[in-house]
Amino acid sequence: MTDPFVHVESVEKRWNGQLGVEDIYLSIPRGSFVALLGPSGCGKSTTLRLLAGLETPDSGRIIIGGRDVTASPAAERGLSMVFQSYALFPHLDVAENVLFGLKVRRVPRAEQREKLAQALEMTGLTGLETRKPGQISGGQRQRVALARAIVAGHPLCLMDEPLSNLDAKLRHSVRRDIKKLQRDLGMTVIYVTHDQTEAMSMADMVVLMKDGRIEQAGKPVELYETPASTFVAGFVGSPPMAFMDAALLPAGLTSAGLDAVYGVRPEHLDLTQAGDGMLQAVITHCEYMGSETFLSFDVPGSSGLTVRLPGEVRRSVGEAAGLTFDLSNLHAFDRNTGYRLPR
Amino acid sequence: MNDLARYERRRRIMYGWMLLSPALILLSLFAFIPSAMTFWSSLFSRGTRRNPSEFVGAGNYELLFADPTFSKVVVNNLIYAGVTIPVSIIIALAMALWANSKIPARGFVRTAYFTPTILPMIAAANIWLFFYTPGLGVLDQIGALFGFASVNWLGRPETALWAVIIVTIWKEAGFFMIFYLAALQTIPPDLKEAADIEGTSRWTYTRRVVLPLLMPTTIFVAVNALINSVKLIDHLFILTKGGPSDASKLVLYYIWELAFAFFDRPQAAALTVMVLAVLGVTAAIKFIILDRRTHYQ
Ligand SMILES: Nc1ncnc2c1ncn2[C@@H]1O[C@H](COP(=O)(O)OP(=O)(O)OP(=O)(O)O)[C@@H](O)[C@H]1O
Ligand SMILES: [Mg+2]
Repeated sequence: MTDPFVHVESVEKRWNGQLGVEDIYLSIPRGSFVALLGPSGCGKSTTLRLLAGLETPDSGRIIIGGRDVTASPAAERGLSMVFQSYALFPHLDVAENVLFGLKVRRVPRAEQREKLAQALEMTGLTGLETRKPGQISGGQRQRVALARAIVAGHPLCLMDEPLSNLDAKLRHSVRRDIKKLQRDLGMTVIYVTHDQTEAMSMADMVVLMKDGRIEQAGKPVELYETPASTFVAGFVGSPPMAFMDAALLPAGLTSAGLDAVYGVRPEHLDLTQAGDGMLQAVITHCEYMGSETFLSFDVPGSSGLTVRLPGEVRRSVGEAAGLTFDLSNLHAFDRNTGYRLPR
Repeated sequence: MNDLARYERRRRIMYGWMLLSPALILLSLFAFIPSAMTFWSSLFSRGTRRNPSEFVGAGNYELLFADPTFSKVVVNNLIYAGVTIPVSIIIALAMALWANSKIPARGFVRTAYFTPTILPMIAAANIWLFFYTPGLGVLDQIGALFGFASVNWLGRPETALWAVIIVTIWKEAGFFMIFYLAALQTIPPDLKEAADIEGTSRWTYTRRVVLPLLMPTTIFVAVNALINSVKLIDHLFILTKGGPSDASKLVLYYIWELAFAFFDRPQAAALTVMVLAVLGVTAAIKFIILDRRTHYQ
């Protein structure tokens, strides 16, 4: 790829001195699916709104499709947006909601009809044209918002937590629909979510934010396997990574010394007989999930130690057990800054 | 089972009436019964010492239609309603749209617009009396600066009704603006953002989204304005007393005159009945026609 499709450079936004986002750098290739991930209030929506042109940055540059749009109004950026609240017009029926933009732009009637049929077909809304938003279900409203976004045919689509109002099952199916639409239409999608499974499963690139800054950006596998900080390690993965003090590990086996915190993923921990293994632990929780069981352990100087075992495992809380792991699977982080240490 | 169902049904009906009764009693006492009595008394002639009151049927109505003052006040009132209703609604809407946008001193602007509403009509009329007074009044003083001759706004048949109309609009627009402001605030801001992204101009957004969503408010306000155009006559007592030569006399003022100045109660009753009928029919038409084209949340 040559130039990135969306390029954000050193963007900052404050409200009366209060931090919204700062130091935002993004470089997004055409046709990719990017997830903006992070806890509530970390600046995901703000970043998206800056991209959309609904807010103007205090400093920095935003380039979309090779054009500097930092100061352009939303309409001139050639993008569509799906709002968290759907933002459907309550007095217009489904068809008119979807066609709103085309009508504003005076697209010929025949073309409108054709595009409407196409968009409704893609989103599975055919037959609901004459219903008002108040007369359809939440999932259908969601699809209408999607249809409105794709009917415009813009190459860039921004979505702000579009699934947050749906129940778990519906969320799963709409998630697939979105992903399929994105692939079929070759759209570039920037997708805000606070659900890490959603981000990891859908995105080509995940941007994890914290307190208005980007903590790490990269492929899902990069975030999972080489998290840049304890925050990333603890945010991505379910259950998240466990952390241990260096003092718990056999002396001399680790290079970074006592200033480090070590992290290990649940799938890299193994259960052994009490007395064996590297750590002696007490079972504190036993969570049966159907296909697997999570056992949580308490070891002084560690947090979140969990083992993932297939099927149903009958162990009682309070039982003693041993834990073992391969040292090559450990992640080392700086104790003070939380950043990843080179191995 | 049947017994139980019947008992349950009766119980529900009882409940219905019990819930209905406070409104029913109050409305009957102060609205339905007086209306019926008014209608009844409009069918009898005026009783004097020599001619006791007798049943005349439509006699009072016929007398009214023959009365030149009657047609004069009806025409006056039609002009009055035809101007005050649309103008005060349009001004209220414009002020609300403006006061709802991001302007400096928004709170002050809203308060300023609302002030006429909290004044009693009598006080408002007195303020305007000061504006209109020939020679001394503010209008004349300003006119004099530009070399215009003094005009007796309230004293000339050509201008009296219009002077009254302006006071009414001034008084009503701020009141209606409050309803529009409240309605505007229920429109989620993300609709504007969604429209912005589609490249909608401000005017298109207003026409295609804001106005339709304000329709229920507009109906409410329009019906209120209609009622006010008949009901709100306090300022006539201060400003013109219906004069000069009935030029600014409105229907309700004429009813008051008939009843309490000329002591012709039956005529007043007949006129009242006609007003009630016209108002009722108009309100019904308004609700039926506009309802069909209105989106209620
Ligand atoms: N209009 C505003 N005025 C002042 N502060 C704001 C405004 N919008 C957002 N903020 C602040 O900016 C920060 C980031 O907000 P943002 O809405 O981007 O969070 P978010 O990551 O989208 O969170 P959530 O997941 O809860 O939607 C928050 O601390 C918020 O208080
Ligand atoms: Mg948000």
